[in-house]
Amino acid sequence: MAARNSNLQGVDLCFSYTKERVILKDVNFTFRSGEVVCILGPNGAGKTTLLNCMANLARVDSGEILLNGENIVKIPPRKVARLIGFVPQLIVPSFDFTVLDYVVTGCAPHLGILSRPKEEHYDIAREAIARMGIDKLTDKSYSQISGGERQQVSIARALAQRPDFILMDEPTAHLDYGNQIKVLETIGSLKEEGFGVILTTHNPDHALLLQDKVAILDRQGVLTSGLSTDVLESAFLTALYGTPLKVVYEEKLGRKVCAAPQF
Amino acid sequence: MQTFRSYKAVIIFLIVATLGAAVIALCVGRFSFVPSEAFRAIVDHFRGGGENEAMENVIFVLRLPRIFGAILIGACLALSGAVYQSVFRNPLVSPDILGVSSGASVGAALSIIVGGSIFFRQISAFAVGLLAVTISVAIPKIMKNSSTLMLVLSGTIVNGFMSSLCTLLKFVADEETQLSTIIYWQMGSVASVKTDTLLAVLPVFVGGAVILLLLSWQLNIISFGESEARTLGVNLKVIRTLTIAVASMMTASAVCISGTIGWIGLVIPHLGRLLVGSDNTKMLPCAMLMGGLFLLLIDTVARTATALEIPLSILTGVIGAPIYAWLLWKQKAKVT
Repeated sequence: MAARNSNLQGVDLCFSYTKERVILKDVNFTFRSGEVVCILGPNGAGKTTLLNCMANLARVDSGEILLNGENIVKIPPRKVARLIGFVPQLIVPSFDFTVLDYVVTGCAPHLGILSRPKEEHYDIAREAIARMGIDKLTDKSYSQISGGERQQVSIARALAQRPDFILMDEPTAHLDYGNQIKVLETIGSLKEEGFGVILTTHNPDHALLLQDKVAILDRQGVLTSGLSTDVLESAFLTALYGTPLKVVYEEKLGRKVCAAPQF
Repeated sequence: MQTFRSYKAVIIFLIVATLGAAVIALCVGRFSFVPSEAFRAIVDHFRGGGENEAMENVIFVLRLPRIFGAILIGACLALSGAVYQSVFRNPLVSPDILGVSSGASVGAALSIIVGGSIFFRQISAFAVGLLAVTISVAIPKIMKNSSTLMLVLSGTIVNGFMSSLCTLLKFVADEETQLSTIIYWQMGSVASVKTDTLLAVLPVFVGGAVILLLLSWQLNIISFGESEARTLGVNLKVIRTLTIAVASMMTASAVCISGTIGWIGLVIPHLGRLLVGSDNTKMLPCAMLMGGLFLLLIDTVARTATALEIPLSILTGVIGAPIYAWLLWKQKAKVT
């Protein structure tokens, strides 16, 4: 696989829906491929908005998002799509496509507008499906698989896209606990393969489990980023979510965990 | 799904069935003959006229243009319907949703009242049909809302307006002559299809079909949703505008020569998906063939079943609606 070496930078980003609803206020960040970044924040803080700005789905009011130093809004969308893959929260398809037909759409940025996927692209799609360990779903209908399987299929599609960054909007939402951990495990291995993974999550413990960067968006639109083990502390999280939370080192697990104390 | 494997078989079957149906359609009617006679008449015709001039006339002036017309119009309506459904991400959409048909009705009614040739009527239907779609597309632009839902609502507005205009025209039309012509036009017929009218719309049919088939895989992508398409680098605006424009042009050119024919654009794409799956690269060619075959069969029944020709929309509805009900029943688990 080609070496992934991209960076995604935010410079003085501002975004607001109304004057009272400021989502981003002079937000700065630099993320690189090979990193996992968890975007945390209370409900309504605008985690998804921030992710959408990075995916070029929403426009910032001021400031620039730079992909390898170039303003993302000035790069042709197909070129952006070759570097940034997006895993949406949940899609409800109107038509009954097979998993393979869905995953192969990941090859779109590598194909001309009038062309259609050839055998080599189906091979790439099959490879991505195999990478996710869901070979048995290949010819199944997308509408007849479970939520957890759909999440894996969506990640497979992002892999078929062969980007440097994969953005995931709450990849653990709608999943049972076991599937949540499995998705996090996958994210960890994607990092090992050199992908940059940026995800939003409601669970600070996920950030501790992934042991890499966090970026925390508060209700004032301020983004704090750093290593999860440094930034995520009891007092900080308690203030962020407005409810008592504790971060403790658990020897049996060999890591810091975040949990709520007994009421 | 095993159905996907048999794509080639389905296509071959449909082509053979259409050819078979065309031979039957050529030979049955007020003047019936056996296929070998028809074949000999065709050969004679190209050799410079045979002994049976009446038969050659029936074949070349009446039946062949009508057969080609039915196949082309059916294919065109089914293809447009399938494309509309993908673009709007809604299997309940038909090509009428942006007002092509109701606009064309107004155009046709207007020309019938003003008086003019059939050619003028076709031009008028085509023009007002496209005008209606243009208004439907313009309203969301004015409201600066590019969601498909807004487009659907805008289409509802235009459809409602055009239907009222059409009713107004019927109201002022001469009861004895014009009113019945308008009503018959709205029931749909390919009886008046002639070689020259076919040649006039053929470029739109062929050009449109080529463009839509070339974009069929892009239609797959946009049928998954707007953000899906955009994060894959697809230029949603271009694809959506182009496909809607082409599909509307095709529908307008079909409707302007045949009048409004319901149900084909709605039902045939569903049958296509049932046969070869939702992948538009396979489904669109399949829907075209099925639409052509379906309308050819309907038209043949329409002109042979009774002494009087049955208007097409009656038959497409009587046959299409139960098929649609059956399809919904078959996929009841998936409709929510």
